[in-house]
This record gives sequence, C-alpha cells and structure tokens, in this order.
Amino acid sequence: MFADGETVRVKDEWPEALGPVHIRTPYYVRGVVGEVVRWLGDFPNPEDLAFARPAERRALYHVRFQKGLIWPEAKPDDELLIEIFAHWLERP
Amino acid sequence: MDKEAQRAPHDLGGVSKFMCEPVDIEPHGLTAFDREVDALSQMLRAKKLLTVDEMRRGIEAIPEAEYHRLSYYRRWVRSITDNLLRRGVITEAELLAALGSV
Repeated sequence: MFADGETVRVKDEWPEALGPVHIRTPYYVRGVVGEVVRWLGDFPNPEDLAFARPAERRALYHVRFQKGLIWPEAKPDDELLIEIFAHWLERP
Repeated sequence: MDKEAQRAPHDLGGVSKFMCEPVDIEPHGLTAFDREVDALSQMLRAKKLLTVDEMRRGIEAIPEAEYHRLSYYRRWVRSITDNLLRRGVITEAELLAALGSV
C-alpha cells in the first residue's frame, strides 16, 4: 500500500474524543509528515483486539519523522521511528 | 486545539509535566497481592477469558488521576475487573457482593 521511502502524513484524527477507543498511534505524530522506512508485516488491528472484536489484518509500517517537526527543542538531525498502521497514514 | 490537551492519559511522549521528573529505577519487590493478581491474569488467559490486548485497553482506560495513584498491579486488577464485566463473565452484583465480603 505504501512504498519504502514514500512521504506520508499521519491522519489528524482524534477518535478518543468520541468515546471509548484503543489507539496505538501516539498523539504527537497526528497530522505530522514522515517517511515510510519499511513495511513490517500485516497484523490484526489492535483497535479491535482490545475490545475482543474480530480484527482485520492491517499493514504495519516503520515511519521516520524529523523530531524538530514534533518538538521544537529537538536537535536538527534527531529522528523518531514509530510503528504505525496503514489506516492511520495518508498521502499528503 | 493543543495536541497535548487531546491525548489519552497513557499517551505520555514528550508531555512537559513529566520531562523534568527523574525516572524511578529502584527495584520493586512483589507483594502477595501482586503475585495473586498475576496468577489471576494468567489463569484468565489460559481459560481464554482475557487477552493481552483487552488487558492493555483496560489499563489505558483508567482516568488519569487514578492511573497515577494506582500501583502497577492495582491497574491490572482494575483492567481485569472492567474486562470481566464487559464480557459478562461476572456481573456487577456479584462483584459488589464479593467486595462486601472482603
């Protein structure tokens, strides 16, 4: 679905505000642009597993972010590598 | 809106109020209560009445003030209780009756 090196943006969505959910995408990367490093495999969606619901397998990616885009006090070449599911990523 | 204001309690990365606090790296001995909670969770998992994902959801759903006040295994027992009620393994009435007899 996403290629290595592709530029992606984490969706700026806040399902927490709408009711009980289980989200593995950290708040601080939502809406932030990063780069796909590699596909890690397909895994049952933990957002459903958390409620013992049937869970579709979803692609999981390592996504790299420039830390300065998230926290202004970061050093210029600091990076952050996070595992993010495909359904949280979009093409900017 | 400010992102930090919208985060869930467990989602702590870079939260300014925790940045200057030293990390507690002292070893913590297990109490009899801790061991009992661990045994209960292992038994429920073996009987397929609880998964690790449900356990984590239940822990992360604890309101922030309580989350920081509760010990590690007290968070577990809160999550176990929440999940067993949710699945209908126990009822609220049974829980209250059991707590009343403690």
